[in-house]
Amino acid sequence: MEKIKTKEEVPAKILQALLNQETDITIDNALENEMILNMGPQHPATHGVLRLLLRLDGETVMACVPELGYLHRGYEKMAENMSYYEFIPHTDRLDYLSPLANNVAWVLAVEKLAGIEAPPRAQYIRMIISEMTRIASHLVAIGALAMDVGALTVFLWTLREREKILDIWDILCGARFTNSYTRIGGVANDAQPEALAKVKWFIEQYEENLEECEKLINTNRIFVERLDGVGIISAEDAVQIGFTGPNLRGSGVEFDLRRATPYMFYNEIDFRIPVYKEGDCLSRYFVRVDETRESIKIIRQILDKMPQGEVMANNPKRVLPKKTEIYSKMEELIHDFMIVNFGINPPVGEIYSAVENPKGELGFYLVSNGEGHPWKCKIRSPSMVNLQALPMLVKGHMVSDIVAIIGSLDPVMGEADK
Amino acid sequence: MDLKELISQKLKAQFPEVDFEITDYKDQTAITFDRKNIVGVCSFLKKDNDLQFMLCEDITAIDWASLPAGRHGRKNRFTVVYHIFSLKLNSRLRLKSDIDESDLSADKAGGNIDSVSSVWKTADWHERETYDMYGINFNNHPDLRRMYMPEEFEYHPLRKDFPLMGIPGSLPLPKK
Repeated sequence: MEKIKTKEEVPAKILQALLNQETDITIDNALENEMILNMGPQHPATHGVLRLLLRLDGETVMACVPELGYLHRGYEKMAENMSYYEFIPHTDRLDYLSPLANNVAWVLAVEKLAGIEAPPRAQYIRMIISEMTRIASHLVAIGALAMDVGALTVFLWTLREREKILDIWDILCGARFTNSYTRIGGVANDAQPEALAKVKWFIEQYEENLEECEKLINTNRIFVERLDGVGIISAEDAVQIGFTGPNLRGSGVEFDLRRATPYMFYNEIDFRIPVYKEGDCLSRYFVRVDETRESIKIIRQILDKMPQGEVMANNPKRVLPKKTEIYSKMEELIHDFMIVNFGINPPVGEIYSAVENPKGELGFYLVSNGEGHPWKCKIRSPSMVNLQALPMLVKGHMVSDIVAIIGSLDPVMGEADK
Repeated sequence: MDLKELISQKLKAQFPEVDFEITDYKDQTAITFDRKNIVGVCSFLKKDNDLQFMLCEDITAIDWASLPAGRHGRKNRFTVVYHIFSLKLNSRLRLKSDIDESDLSADKAGGNIDSVSSVWKTADWHERETYDMYGINFNNHPDLRRMYMPEEFEYHPLRKDFPLMGIPGSLPLPKK
């Protein structure tokens, strides 16, 4: 069979050869041709159902187009058709690695819209679970990043630590993930002494175990060289592209919603915002590691400050009554019936409420029409916005670096696709 | 001087011919204005030294359809909503621009709304999502494709006239 000479000839010749049912096709300079590669959506290194279309020159990425939507469940549409209480379990499924932080974000948004204030003890419990969730989520991010670049042991060790946090959730609310623990106006139940004792035990032993994990990789030449100087994004670009959370702080911008627009009692807490200036994968990894240490510091202060008291607000028209009271008191039964069937009817208005989630800024934009369900609910998910930087970051890098870059951005597709 | 006064002064000085309706609700400032000025106002808010709204957090739209007439006192069907954040002032601002269904045709002069992706790069995907969910076209957008739904899908799911259960047969299965 004749040899194909130039690039332009290739498609027609191959087509002809295929039409003739020839199987022996040879192309000169095969490595000099550009290749289109489809990565995902079912790919272990894309952390879910992310699909990337890559244009490759040899092994160098020339262009990358992310395709989202493989996990699109239409939560914004569903939110418009259910009451504010009913949507709490659905927030678990957004960023499924940090369900409790999503619960907190949702109830804070609804409370702001409806003008409810949760009692201090409930707010402190919410802060504990937000910070514990941040540790759990960052542990998965660190472990998965290490696994993506070839260090499997770290993943097992960080997941062992995360398991301890999940055990605390088990005591606290009876579920390990998809907790749905918060309620509008408070939390479902008071934190049990056993749960708080376990939190104390966890923060005492955590740093030692984290250091063990760090020893495995921080001085590991393979790990460091796979991440150092890879996927660099400057501070200006990071703000332009809409980065929030650890990814933005990895580029040297000291921006944290807990400090910038304090919510709950974060303004009373003393903590540092870890910032690294390099903007590469390694600095994003260091930010996450340091942030878990800061979270430990925050939890320690919360445990000292946490007051006793109620965990649900006293607002009968808006806040669900206790189960025991529903069965014994008439008023509570009526309120329960009204809230479950017709919703809490916040006044006409609109609010945007955002919290610092492990992945970045999780915001809810709610428009109320005065009815029991939101007229409009927009979920501002950090993972989706962070993924937008991917084409910029991977350009000019090797295929194997894509895996490291995705791992360092730490997207969760449940949130990116809503 | 609080944020509301500062912004209203600055905007009135810079754009004397534009009507700005500045409202406050639960300590959140919202500015409503004509959509023809969206790119000008956005780039001014971003570049002004005292404001520096560098971070665009979110872009979305609201569909007001099927609300009883006059309840919101509006004739337009959609409102495009922008949330922007100033790292300097640590404050958030909401920009709103109305657009009607009849303005959405691609060929009509003065229809649609201009894309702000030249001001904030992050607007790219937010506008794609808004286009996907509401069918609002953005002029001068670099790559206005659907974000989540497949390209051959004919509807815009977050519009109020799209049923919750979906439309049977609207998502064809791949051919065998």
